Amino acid sequence: MLEGLLIGLQTALSIQNLLMVIAGCLIGTFIGMLPGLGPMSIIAIMIPVAISMGDPSAALILLAGVYYGAIFGGSTSSILLNAPGVAGTVASSFDGYPMARQGKAGKALTIAAISSFAGGTIGAILLMIFAPALSSVALLFHSSEYFALMVVGLSAIAAFAGTGQVAKAMLMTVLGLIMATVGEGALFNLPRFTMGIMDLQSGFGFITLAMAMFALPEALFLVLKKKEMSGDSGEISELRISGAEAKAIAPVIGRQSLQGFFIGVLPGAGATIASFLGYAVERNIATKEEQDEFGKGAIKGLAAPETANNAACTGSFVPLLTLGIPGSGTTAILLGALIALNVTPGPRLMIDEPQVFWAVIMSMFIGNLVLLVLNLPLIPYIAKVLSVPRNYLIPFILFFTLMGAYIGQNNATELLILVAFGVCATALKFADYPLAPLLIGFILGGMMEDNFARSMQLYDGVAFIWERPMTLGLLVLAVILVLLPSFRARRAKLRAQGVADGD
Amino acid sequence: MALDRWIALILLGICLAYGYTAWFMMDAGLAPFMRRAPIWPSSFPKVLSVLAIISCLIILLGFEKGEPKIGEIDYRRLGDYHIGQAMLLLALMVAYALLLRPFGFLGSTMGFLVIGSAILGERRWIIMIAVAAIATFIVWYLVQQVLGIYLRPLPGFLGG
Repeated sequence: MLEGLLIGLQTALSIQNLLMVIAGCLIGTFIGMLPGLGPMSIIAIMIPVAISMGDPSAALILLAGVYYGAIFGGSTSSILLNAPGVAGTVASSFDGYPMARQGKAGKALTIAAISSFAGGTIGAILLMIFAPALSSVALLFHSSEYFALMVVGLSAIAAFAGTGQVAKAMLMTVLGLIMATVGEGALFNLPRFTMGIMDLQSGFGFITLAMAMFALPEALFLVLKKKEMSGDSGEISELRISGAEAKAIAPVIGRQSLQGFFIGVLPGAGATIASFLGYAVERNIATKEEQDEFGKGAIKGLAAPETANNAACTGSFVPLLTLGIPGSGTTAILLGALIALNVTPGPRLMIDEPQVFWAVIMSMFIGNLVLLVLNLPLIPYIAKVLSVPRNYLIPFILFFTLMGAYIGQNNATELLILVAFGVCATALKFADYPLAPLLIGFILGGMMEDNFARSMQLYDGVAFIWERPMTLGLLVLAVILVLLPSFRARRAKLRAQGVADGD
Repeated sequence: MALDRWIALILLGICLAYGYTAWFMMDAGLAPFMRRAPIWPSSFPKVLSVLAIISCLIILLGFEKGEPKIGEIDYRRLGDYHIGQAMLLLALMVAYALLLRPFGFLGSTMGFLVIGSAILGERRWIIMIAVAAIATFIVWYLVQQVLGIYLRPLPGFLGG
């Protein structure tokens, strides 16, 4: 591990990569602050830039910096304006905004910065410990287990979607898988489902799809909404926190770093769930007097979600880097970028390209440090971004989405596909269909089919399902994950009707 | 019928067409040696089409009852929002896609940014044009010179 750390330091501390971390964090913070633009949109917009750099370590470092910056920027706008730019920072506004209203905006931002730093750093240490262990287990996996693991990952995403949403999330996932089958597969040199259109021979462009699913609908929602996104950014004073306050939030940060990290590792449960759960847990274990403070500007209530969401962001890198399976929309986009750069994340990553793996981990430390050092003094100026007029902002967001799709393919048809899918995605968003599962399904689709085909060929049929116990176990787990929510909903309904249940 | 079920109905149609292609049409053109393989190009799509149709039907028939939730935007009252502006911006994006090659990058992008802010209600023309021109040139310079991706700057008849 020490050797790896040194390799990572060597790569991450080169001038170019340090600049990448700083640039990524700054870009992420600035854009993440704009309400309506989440980390997925920002990373999707940044991908063409990252890919054209050609160096996978530098690209991943840049994108990881953008990711952290976006989460941090999102908390700035939820604290100052009560307008979270990112779902993962909604919980931060529960106590952050009341603090800002009481004139303690500076203190709130400082607490957010410190908790984010601690969450991210502890998360990176845990990643360093768990990723190598997990990837040595993953080396025992065959293609059939990989296939089963992806099925588990995708069903977990559907299962965590919430009540009344499981079928929708499942449909979106399957739709993503279906879209991945369009075009020529690597296994069979046959164009499939292209409807005779030449432009579909190579399948749908992943960047185009990412832009259409996230950036475009969010920009259209900004247009549709009447509310101007301006608010009382006001004066920012009182940046310091007292020793007593630091003592109060230290245990919260410790607990939430661990909890957030492990929630982040689970597929489908990312920063959003981690932050809400972190808030709920801290509220429940607080003393009676402190509980009354929650929601009215409690420092613990701000520190908990901030720590948890950053730790979860780090945790979500574990399945990506060790198994090559993204657990969230953001890591799915990162996976797509990595594949475009000819790096295949998975258990072999640490052996084949240790400099990529360790450089990413080291850049997480550096990125967190940059965010803390750079953003604390810059907080009053950063808040100025919120005063950019919407009339200028929206055309630029739309333009960057178009450019992102165009640069990748240099093909104007791609832009039309982008607009068409963007309209479809907006309609889906109106009807409350989750969009991230579609993209995750799309990105995993090709890999899933390859692994499925390989196991079919090795076992000459579907016998691999029962001949390999681990595969069977994983597939059973996947079925349970999908059926569990509806079973629980059914039981709750029966109980509500007064019917006694079996246990 | 609520919008989510309408969407499920449309998706059901798409999935049925997909499933029909996978089950009945794709295998016809399969080479003889491929027929002996345990997996065909249509195997995975066949499984997917069944799963997709099942989930469409679950939503369509309302087996999974969730409380009706109004999201950020209530689509039943779309008229209350700036729907006109959104439609115009979408049309502008389509126009940009079609005119990018013939008009060149610099001209069409400047036009896009200026008209885009005009649609949103901005009327300070001089600032708009200045901002658009500077931004267009910076983006063109970065993409063309720094990243090395060719973008035709000027219209074709000017030799761009």
